[in-house]
Amino acid sequence: MTATGIGAPVRRKEDFRFVTGQGQYTDDVTRPGETRAVFVRSPHAHAKIRKLDVAAAKKMPGVVDVLTGAQLADDKVGNLICGWMIHSKDGSPMKMSAHPALASGKVNCVGDAVAVVIAESLGEAKDAAEKVVVDYEVLPAVVDPAKAQAKGAPQIHADIANNTIYQWHLGDQKAVEAAFKSAKHVTKLDIVNNRLAPNAMEPRAALADYDAGNDHLTLWNTSQNPHVARLVISAFVGIAPEHKLRVIAPDVGGGFGSKIFIYPEEVVCLWAARKVKRPVKWTSDRTEAFLTDAHGRDHITHAELALDADGKITALRAKTIANLGAYMSTFSSSIPTYLYATLLSGQYDIPQIYCEVDAVYTNTVPVDAYRGAGRPEATFVVERLVEVAARQLGLDPADFRKRNFIRNFPHQTPVIMAYDAGDYNASLKKAMELADVKGFAKRKRESARHGKLRGLGYSTYIEACGIAPSQAVGSLGAGVGLWESAEVRVNPTGNVEVLTGSHAHGQGHETTFAQLVSERLGIPFEAVSIVHGDTDKVQFGMGTYGSRSGAVGMSAIVKALDKIEAKAKKVAGFMMEAAESDIDFKDGKFTVKGTDKSVAFGDVALNAYIAHKFTGAELEPGLKETSFYDPTNFTFPAGCHICELEIDQETGKTEIVNWTAVDDFGTVINPMIVEGQVHGGIAQGVGQALLEGVVYDASGQLVTASFMDYTMPRAHDLPSFHVGLTETKSPSNPLGMKGCGEAGAIAAPAAVMNAITDALGTEDIAMPATPNAVWAVMQRTPPKAA
Amino acid sequence: MAKVSMTVNGKAVTGDVEPRTLLVQFLRENLRLTGTHVGCDTSQCGACVVHIDGIAAKSCTTLAVQCEGQSITTIEGLAEADGKLHPMQEAFREHHGLQCGYCTPGMIMAALDIVRRNGNELDEHTIRDQLDGNICRCTGYHNIVKAIEAGARAMAK
Repeated sequence: MTATGIGAPVRRKEDFRFVTGQGQYTDDVTRPGETRAVFVRSPHAHAKIRKLDVAAAKKMPGVVDVLTGAQLADDKVGNLICGWMIHSKDGSPMKMSAHPALASGKVNCVGDAVAVVIAESLGEAKDAAEKVVVDYEVLPAVVDPAKAQAKGAPQIHADIANNTIYQWHLGDQKAVEAAFKSAKHVTKLDIVNNRLAPNAMEPRAALADYDAGNDHLTLWNTSQNPHVARLVISAFVGIAPEHKLRVIAPDVGGGFGSKIFIYPEEVVCLWAARKVKRPVKWTSDRTEAFLTDAHGRDHITHAELALDADGKITALRAKTIANLGAYMSTFSSSIPTYLYATLLSGQYDIPQIYCEVDAVYTNTVPVDAYRGAGRPEATFVVERLVEVAARQLGLDPADFRKRNFIRNFPHQTPVIMAYDAGDYNASLKKAMELADVKGFAKRKRESARHGKLRGLGYSTYIEACGIAPSQAVGSLGAGVGLWESAEVRVNPTGNVEVLTGSHAHGQGHETTFAQLVSERLGIPFEAVSIVHGDTDKVQFGMGTYGSRSGAVGMSAIVKALDKIEAKAKKVAGFMMEAAESDIDFKDGKFTVKGTDKSVAFGDVALNAYIAHKFTGAELEPGLKETSFYDPTNFTFPAGCHICELEIDQETGKTEIVNWTAVDDFGTVINPMIVEGQVHGGIAQGVGQALLEGVVYDASGQLVTASFMDYTMPRAHDLPSFHVGLTETKSPSNPLGMKGCGEAGAIAAPAAVMNAITDALGTEDIAMPATPNAVWAVMQRTPPKAA
Repeated sequence: MAKVSMTVNGKAVTGDVEPRTLLVQFLRENLRLTGTHVGCDTSQCGACVVHIDGIAAKSCTTLAVQCEGQSITTIEGLAEADGKLHPMQEAFREHHGLQCGYCTPGMIMAALDIVRRNGNELDEHTIRDQLDGNICRCTGYHNIVKAIEAGARAMAK
């Protein structure tokens, strides 16, 4: 290992600009003549628009224009779409209702935009927005997914009966029923997976600039996948053809899934910029973010586990209602189906699994992928079931898990996935040692002496990452392929630019990708630049989500580097008058086998461009190669997280006193960055378990619409974490990588809730387990003295 | 419009602003110092922390006109002219105390105020407790805590 190569904890290239305040986020970009957009949003969850009057607003100082949903429809701006087709169990396609970027006629959630004010300044735009008069006829609303399909529930979209988008299933229902009939023991749980707000610290923003001379639009936006944004805005919304639209996602301040999607505001800014022939900028404020960024989770599930007399799991079944909100967001349909039910086997050898999912519309913000996306929901179901089953059978939860672990790979689950590699026992064992599980009983007694309840909870999770083979996702309904692209440009002076279709918004790609290139080409780390996030520079890419940038994005770079090496060997052969097959490449030097002749990588780069040593007939000049890499399988990161906590019996406050994470991510490029990803994921998972929860009242008002109402984890809510690694390499990509971005958020909620229920001695508590909720449980079910 | 004059990162600046203009708007839009960020608008997240006469303040809930005659330091004012980082900036880089970078300027400015109030020897509990006004969504705070502890110590040298 070199100091900057694969496996080294290299300090990040990105950080100088960030710690000096020189990052360039979308709101930091300005254009000459820029105007500001402010949206007029519905205060009602469900209402008809009787009348919309913008006359007074148009007369306000500084107003350039006020545009409405009716004008958007007149201009034939297309609807936003959900790009993953799901079929119901009866074979019918999912029912997707129209999602215009500005509502006209009817609003379906609080925050639905009905008009946009374009003004010279933000203040003037805000003042004018208050003068837009909307006469609403308020309709009854439904926010609870459990009530959305009930007879007499308010119908949100006229063309969608019972607010039901699809009724999907996966697995062999009959085989599962038979397994449950012959089961020795059945464990049953009712689970609510609480609705979360992603809350990247940078609010979403969009800046659209229209070049009338060339009929060309440029959009700067807070996107995790600018090429997909351009594709959808072009092909479906129809704002401009792809070659007339450039999308730039500069520095992006966190995403966690919420910036994958194509949102109304960026469409409206583009449309408006062309109409007013001025640049138009919109920047979300935090309340607007709560009202418009796609939320996450929001499942109601009944799940059962069947066991035989030896404590072996024989079957699992689950029925889930998934709330998709008022409109179907870009990938919303896939989250509670192919990213959820396919992971219900967990780390366990479960012969039969059956899952039914109903997806419903409600009068709430759309729900889509949020860190983990379906996989945290699956892990929570599996890991809570397993923990409770062990308790009911009187077995040690770690022993029970071991008894049921998958041990042979590859392993085909009954729910599509073929796990390629893993050693679940190894990560459990290492985590138990790091967490000193043996000493827990003593620590519990010590806590009891101080009036505190101590609990310990496991989560042996699995996820499917590196999303994913295009043919496989296509067969499951995806509208796009999920490969990744890379272009390696070697300059004549021997330094290198890598253009990647991946997008970094905190993950440190500029560093880790450069580590790979530096090691492979034997050139200094500083001689490599990573370029991403601009559709004019990178030809196409699928972006970053699903922990795919290592396994898929870096694999594309490996493939392009293979081609670079092959061509460079040809150049070196001409330079040293040797056959290409006699050239070796190692540590940045090309040598002729069996001789002391060698040329450095930089010399070869120069010779590739000056082309003095070969004719055009023999070899094309230049040294630039492209690869589109399509993986052969998902990857399957897995591991064991152990949470140890104390509950104050007087206040119900939970304190996490120890957190141990042992993860198997396959090959690790930069352990410092990987550990950081684990820390952040755990924090979000602990947030879900203890603090966070989006609350709507019965009328559809969003009660938690600022950081004063929605509890984000702060430094004093969390401990320092003990993080370890085990390694089995993924055989499904050239580097053996699996992905690390989501693991913490997937593992953590179950670990916390298994620990809390262990401490309280009852399973009867839902997330978020706030002090109030814990205290209420202790009043209902007084805990036994330890 | 109101006329406002202050010192920002050691330079005298003036501007004509609407009276409702927030300090963060004045810094970002009038002075183009975009290192100070807005994350929540309600003084909860601390992405907007700057120093006013040496004391940390949330510039998203401070009016520009309130700062008449005062001295403001932003993240852009910390490093030396030759680009050498302030020890706290260096500590955040060295300890991977940032990921997306959006909360970072406010974190660093708040960290300096923690040192001002509590000295250079900080324990984990103090740092976590005193960081109450700043939210990070990426790091889980683990490395931010390490960075502040190390940065505080380096500042004493």
